[in-house]
Amino acid sequence: MNVTLKPAPASLDVARIRRDFPILSQTVRGRPLVFLDSGASAQKPRAVIEAMVRCMETAYANVHRGAYHLSEVATESYEAARAAAARFLNAADPREIVFTRNSTEAINLVAHSWGRGVMKPGQAVLISEMEHHANLVPWQMLRDDGRGIELRVCRVNDEGELDLEDLAVKLADGKVGLVAVTHMSNVLGTVTPVERIVALAHAHGAKVLLDGSQAAVHRRVDVQAIGCDFYCFTGHKLYGPTGIGVLWARLEHLERMPPFLGGGDMIASVTLERSEWAPPPAKFEAGTPPIVEAVGLHAAIDYVTAVGMPAIEAHERALVDHAMRRLSEVEGLTLLGRAQDRGGVFSFTLDNAHPHDLSTLLDRAGIAVRAGRHCAEPLHTRFGLEGGTCRASFGLYTTCEEIDALAEALVKAREFFA
Amino acid sequence: MFDDLRDLYQEVILDHGRKPRNFRRLEDADRSARGDNPMCGDRMELWLKLGPEGEIADAAFLGRGCAISMASASLMTETVKGKTQAQAKEMGEKFRILAMTGTCPECNGAIAEDMERLAPLSGVHEFPSRVKCATLAWHTLKAALEGTKEATSE
Repeated sequence: MNVTLKPAPASLDVARIRRDFPILSQTVRGRPLVFLDSGASAQKPRAVIEAMVRCMETAYANVHRGAYHLSEVATESYEAARAAAARFLNAADPREIVFTRNSTEAINLVAHSWGRGVMKPGQAVLISEMEHHANLVPWQMLRDDGRGIELRVCRVNDEGELDLEDLAVKLADGKVGLVAVTHMSNVLGTVTPVERIVALAHAHGAKVLLDGSQAAVHRRVDVQAIGCDFYCFTGHKLYGPTGIGVLWARLEHLERMPPFLGGGDMIASVTLERSEWAPPPAKFEAGTPPIVEAVGLHAAIDYVTAVGMPAIEAHERALVDHAMRRLSEVEGLTLLGRAQDRGGVFSFTLDNAHPHDLSTLLDRAGIAVRAGRHCAEPLHTRFGLEGGTCRASFGLYTTCEEIDALAEALVKAREFFA
Repeated sequence: MFDDLRDLYQEVILDHGRKPRNFRRLEDADRSARGDNPMCGDRMELWLKLGPEGEIADAAFLGRGCAISMASASLMTETVKGKTQAQAKEMGEKFRILAMTGTCPECNGAIAEDMERLAPLSGVHEFPSRVKCATLAWHTLKAALEGTKEATSE
């Protein structure tokens, strides 16, 4: 890939973008809100809010059921959201998109259905030390399920990057059936070299699941170019609503996999004795799905697409450079992770302040950051930070001035605890 | 910028947070318990030595956590020394009310003076997410006295 040949992305008018997000105009304790916790959940643009209201006010009914006008309209909207998600990931077919509640449920679906239904005893799942608990706990549950599935963990180096040599070593015996790793760490900001991971894994007969909860928000994702087998992301981090996530999987995989949950809408026929499954994606969408949320997600995808993923990526690259510079100047601050390829997530400690005390202080300055271990306890243990870190994470509406405000508040916080 | 936070982080709290008292392992302890706050990683281990009448003759702890949780544990070990187990439990109940509401109308009688010493921690009531930092030590004390070994303030 020759980056220099790419046309420069259209610049992003952050002032105009901020006007699209009603919540950003509020003050906290008398100061303008500086929201630096988008990595946990992002704020919502008016377009998403209005699309959901419009759906409920004018076009709402249950989907895939009624042969009446409103149900047909709602079904059309719901399936249009699926098509939008497919375009967003450059999936080959909308039938490869399964709507879930969030990324966590998407991974649980794969662990349950692929892990218990397709993987064989003696095979292994290979994850990494930098996984969010959502991409760790479901695999521990699979391992402990008495099916003879092993769980292996790829190391992370001191810079916070995936140790690809260790990955190769752990793939070498050919027993790994599935590599399940993050596309971007929610703690380190590290973007993982997914094309190389896929090439390595496939060469050893392993499928690849990528947790795109963070990555899909920050850069263009093309599942066909990456070549992975499963990819997931969640609506609420992509400026969409809570309660909806996306699992993308190759159609051939979805066809092999047994259902995850049973119920209405996922069957072809039912007798009291047995049932036959509907084809994917319906097979994996038991019960009434998140209809209004799907409409909201569609609006969110349209929103970021209109702004332009390349423009978003360029804006965040500038934020990352600015944050690197400003945070390095704060005396006593230690950044966790210094990966070459990284996104807008910065976890740090301040020498004389515990992360919780620090976040309480920053809140007084109107600055919202997350404190704790960010659902990645083993990673914090790996770096000897059992007490946790503070994390500032950016969105497309984040400004350099907000990063300045953070850096200045950190200097004052250090004086406070001196 | 942070002047109004002096109510929460009073000098006594910063002092006990930086230099917790009774911060040591108690050999030959009669009671002990671990306290965990799994969401934030705060963790402590508490040891109690009982006197001939069953009163708390000595109390000590080790652990890690924010200034509030360390200061609270430090102040607690100081205040429960010499108290009967019933008094210590009562103080824990009263402290919970103090931390959640900022006041303790029934903090009188024999424990009045000791509750006064804990008053600097009452500022946490304005910070709902921090109340559990202040109460972890007292949950752990209750677990130690009741022999449940594990406590959490979640």
